[in-house]
Amino acid sequence: MARAYFMAAMNQALRAAMEEDETVIVMGEDVDRGVFGVTRGLIDTFGANRIRKTPISEAAFVGGAVGAAAAGLKPFAHVMFSSFFYVAMDQVANQAARLRYMSGGQVELPIVYFAGTGPSGSAAAQHSENPHSILMHTAGLKVVMPSTPYDAKGLMMAAIRDPNPVVYLADLRLSRRRESIPEDPYEIPLGVADVKRQGEDVTVVALASLVHVAVDVAGKLESDGVSVEVVDPRSLVPLDWDTIVASVRKTGRLVVADPARRLCGLAAEVIAGVSERAWDSLHSRPCRVTWPDIPVPFSPVLEGRLDVGADDLEQAIRTTMGSPVVAGSA
Amino acid sequence: MSPDTLLRLYRRMVRIRIFEEKVQELHRLGKLPGFVHVYVGEEAVAVGACSVLRDTDHITSTHRGHGHCIAKGADVAPMMAELFGRADGYCRGKGGSMHIIDTSLGILGANGIVGGGIPMATGSGIADEVLGRDGVTVCFFGDGAANQGVLLEALNLAAIWKLPVVYLCESNQYMEFTPTTDLTAGRIFRRGEPFGVASMEVDGNDVLEVRRVVGEAVDRARRGEGPTLIEAITYRLSGHSEGESAFVSAYRTEEEVDSWKARDPITRFRDLLQTGAGISAARLDSIDAEEQEAVNEAVVFAESSPFPSPDEALDHVFAPAGG
Repeated sequence: MARAYFMAAMNQALRAAMEEDETVIVMGEDVDRGVFGVTRGLIDTFGANRIRKTPISEAAFVGGAVGAAAAGLKPFAHVMFSSFFYVAMDQVANQAARLRYMSGGQVELPIVYFAGTGPSGSAAAQHSENPHSILMHTAGLKVVMPSTPYDAKGLMMAAIRDPNPVVYLADLRLSRRRESIPEDPYEIPLGVADVKRQGEDVTVVALASLVHVAVDVAGKLESDGVSVEVVDPRSLVPLDWDTIVASVRKTGRLVVADPARRLCGLAAEVIAGVSERAWDSLHSRPCRVTWPDIPVPFSPVLEGRLDVGADDLEQAIRTTMGSPVVAGSA
Repeated sequence: MSPDTLLRLYRRMVRIRIFEEKVQELHRLGKLPGFVHVYVGEEAVAVGACSVLRDTDHITSTHRGHGHCIAKGADVAPMMAELFGRADGYCRGKGGSMHIIDTSLGILGANGIVGGGIPMATGSGIADEVLGRDGVTVCFFGDGAANQGVLLEALNLAAIWKLPVVYLCESNQYMEFTPTTDLTAGRIFRRGEPFGVASMEVDGNDVLEVRRVVGEAVDRARRGEGPTLIEAITYRLSGHSEGESAFVSAYRTEEEVDSWKARDPITRFRDLLQTGAGISAARLDSIDAEEQEAVNEAVVFAESSPFPSPDEALDHVFAPAGG
């Protein structure tokens, strides 16, 4: 075990994957230096043939990854900020997410599309997106969004080994998070959620950096006699309904904390899915805390208004606990 | 060039023409779901280009892709079944006319997005380079796609990395229903020059010229000397899509179409084979008849193939992990 930062944990997995499989390559802007640290140092080991520094041409290298995968490689495409997926959206949604399906299953596309994601402090509306809901809705893309270095490393290994396009979103708010993780490679399967804190009264499904907010709030509420269970989905496609539903069946209450816009978002999907599957076990109306439906603003004060904070989540949990609405009468 | 090679080129072009004319007939009869774009008049480009490729080389294709697939060796029976949306189609009915793929033949797919295959072909070239293979990818695209930004991105990337990709623009003179020259600045083949990409035009209705020029480009690519941009000048003798007269009025004159019919690539090559290579009309007629029979059989195969089970719509979104 050794302590590793969030991005360094992914770097360890990427390095191990490149060592075990020579068809794994990296493409993206400034990947020789590694803007977020995920590709840092790999150029020295693997050379410029496998660590391919591209021009600022997202459509070319995001789409290039599709052709490269179809022709025998396992590309790790470093899209940098997740807002830049929109620049290459034809290649993401019309090509990468479609080729296997349209071919009747002939093609495997083992691609990782990696990007740093979410507000990172006054980066404004074109460098702060959390596009996971759009990508979840595409059909044909797996989507991963971890919350800890341990999960980040294991999920990265699984993402690279997966025979499908996997969008791997690394919440930039987690960059300074550090913990002890195994030095050897390991894999956490895609589609398996993790209960980050056990509780009895209310389930909070929280994503990425909001997992830590939720755990903190849970600790605070414990002294008030409210026992909060925190479920981290980790993978969004596939989504681990079994773990989420089992938790809600136990607690009877649901709050979803999603660092993204409200309309058609992950939070809406989780509440709808739980309502369909476990309506009879709900003691109160489910609740969600999300961004308002606005672009991410620049000024720290404005960005703070958008963010989901501990207070927002605590309020939502208290509302859910204190609103004994019988299911069906809401 | 050996008579066998000449006849192989002729046979492939005839196969495409007969396939496409059958598709037009089936569309008129209302037998094909969806819309289809046929390649009538452009056969020399696909056949000339693919004639210099190996089975292991790759191509990317377009919405007008039947000719590219046949030229690269695709079987007309599962192609036709795919157009009918049947279980024995290349894509089990999931792709249709615009998405025929056969990875075993290096066909990375027809593509419904204009210019959509350009980055993909570039990536296929990256795979050849990284893996140290001497493969080549031919990227077919139309004059309409030449105005998509990804072409610039791809040419730049292919140039800096000396990728083994031949970008082959089929200038068939129309972007849907508008003359290309109305909406296109400059000459398309010259767009490779600022990148230092070998750039040239070729008579796309002359199969031997296409074969020669693409052959040189493919040889350069195999030697590691990088990409080429070729503009093949040809003409779309049929419409943009079948049945278009129902929603678009005439946009070109009969005189114009007739002038290109006089340069029909198959008629031209047939004349050359008879006068220049001493091949008899009877020999060529027998090839025509064999190909007609093969296409007729493909229709029987397609129509007798079952539809996929409706629940197959749910399959093939993801590959099974570990599979």
